[in-house]
Amino acid sequence: MNSKLDRRQFLKLAGIGGVVFASGMGGFAEAAKTGTVGKDFFFVQLSDTHWGFKDEKVNPDWQGTLKKAVAAVNDLESPPAFIVFTGDLSHTTDDPKERRNRLSGFRDIAAGLKAGNIRYMPGEHDASLDNGEAFKEFFGPTRYTFDHEGVHFIALDNVSDPTSSIGDAQLAWLADDLRKLDPETMITVLTHRPLFDLYPQWDWATRDGAKAIELLTPFRNVTVFYGHIHQEHHRMTGNIPHHAARGLMYPLPEPGSVPKKAPIPWDPAHPYKGLGFREPKAIAGKSIYSLQEYPIR
Amino acid sequence: MRSINRLRAVSVLALLILAAGALVPVAWSDEPETIVRVTARKFEYSPNEIRLKRGVPAIIELTSLDRLHGFDCPGLGLRTDIPPGKTTRLRVVPDKSGTFPFHCDVFCGEGHEDMTGTIIVTD
Repeated sequence: MNSKLDRRQFLKLAGIGGVVFASGMGGFAEAAKTGTVGKDFFFVQLSDTHWGFKDEKVNPDWQGTLKKAVAAVNDLESPPAFIVFTGDLSHTTDDPKERRNRLSGFRDIAAGLKAGNIRYMPGEHDASLDNGEAFKEFFGPTRYTFDHEGVHFIALDNVSDPTSSIGDAQLAWLADDLRKLDPETMITVLTHRPLFDLYPQWDWATRDGAKAIELLTPFRNVTVFYGHIHQEHHRMTGNIPHHAARGLMYPLPEPGSVPKKAPIPWDPAHPYKGLGFREPKAIAGKSIYSLQEYPIR
Repeated sequence: MRSINRLRAVSVLALLILAAGALVPVAWSDEPETIVRVTARKFEYSPNEIRLKRGVPAIIELTSLDRLHGFDCPGLGLRTDIPPGKTTRLRVVPDKSGTFPFHCDVFCGEGHEDMTGTIIVTD
């Protein structure tokens, strides 16, 4: 990868044209040069809400947990810059009409969040049976980028393909997006499944995730936030930290800790145990997040 | 110059043979191959318990009765897609004994996560 050269060449060319390009980049370009955040901010990661899941033994408050999370986020001392849902908004159904009912039900509750911007991403339960068709009707594209205070956010879709592949077309899209960035840029990748082989025995992997990691590795300030495994988990691949978030319907066991992956039953002595959300905080002048985990109570 | 080219050709051939060996989990053996037929459908494998012997070559023959499924056994380094209407064969010579779970790794519907099984390899 030769992203720095490409960008310099682009800057040189843009310089002939002058001011328009520079003003178009705004504060993002300035912060991107240093690989640090322009201004303090935090966002909220919510994940794996599985709206439509019904099993009293696993979560007797299956209709109330997401609403509790919405209330808890709204009660934060200050509002987040934005909110990200990292997939599995709804629970699987083979019926396309019911899938839309569930996505619609989820959307109505999420609409109660007090945030300027909410970013949605699909999980395999939402998107793998129809290649993301219903998800797109409700929430738009399954992959996208946006910038905030010098941080370049990339939402990657590794679920619309039922084989859990990112796919060559999306990898080319990713490579093209990264080509425009300085290697110092602070990049935050949002995805549903882990990009690395966390525990393939339980399908906790992305078939071609290594290709995405390879594209990201030349960048020095990359962080990945993902869902899928319904528990807090942290892992480095080279210089890239990966952080999994807790879910909002049922927790899952630690990788390989039991013979068969299955939701952890509800503990009446500790209701909502293992469920929660996360607040990644970016501090001006720094290139890593500090993470705050919030339980559901 | 001709001998250098020949050396290069031999090196390339050797690398290709090594690479092929690394990709296909097959070892040459005089033992007859065991054939295990497995049927996949929403949301089960039949049988879902496969018994193999360590060091004995086997062929796992997979067919799907409905839609695309997957067969992934990371512990033995085996995986394939199982498209319907086609027989898919996996050749294996287990080099270790133990119990190795396998699962469908192509998301196939409401019962997908229960579509699992085990390969038991004995000495």
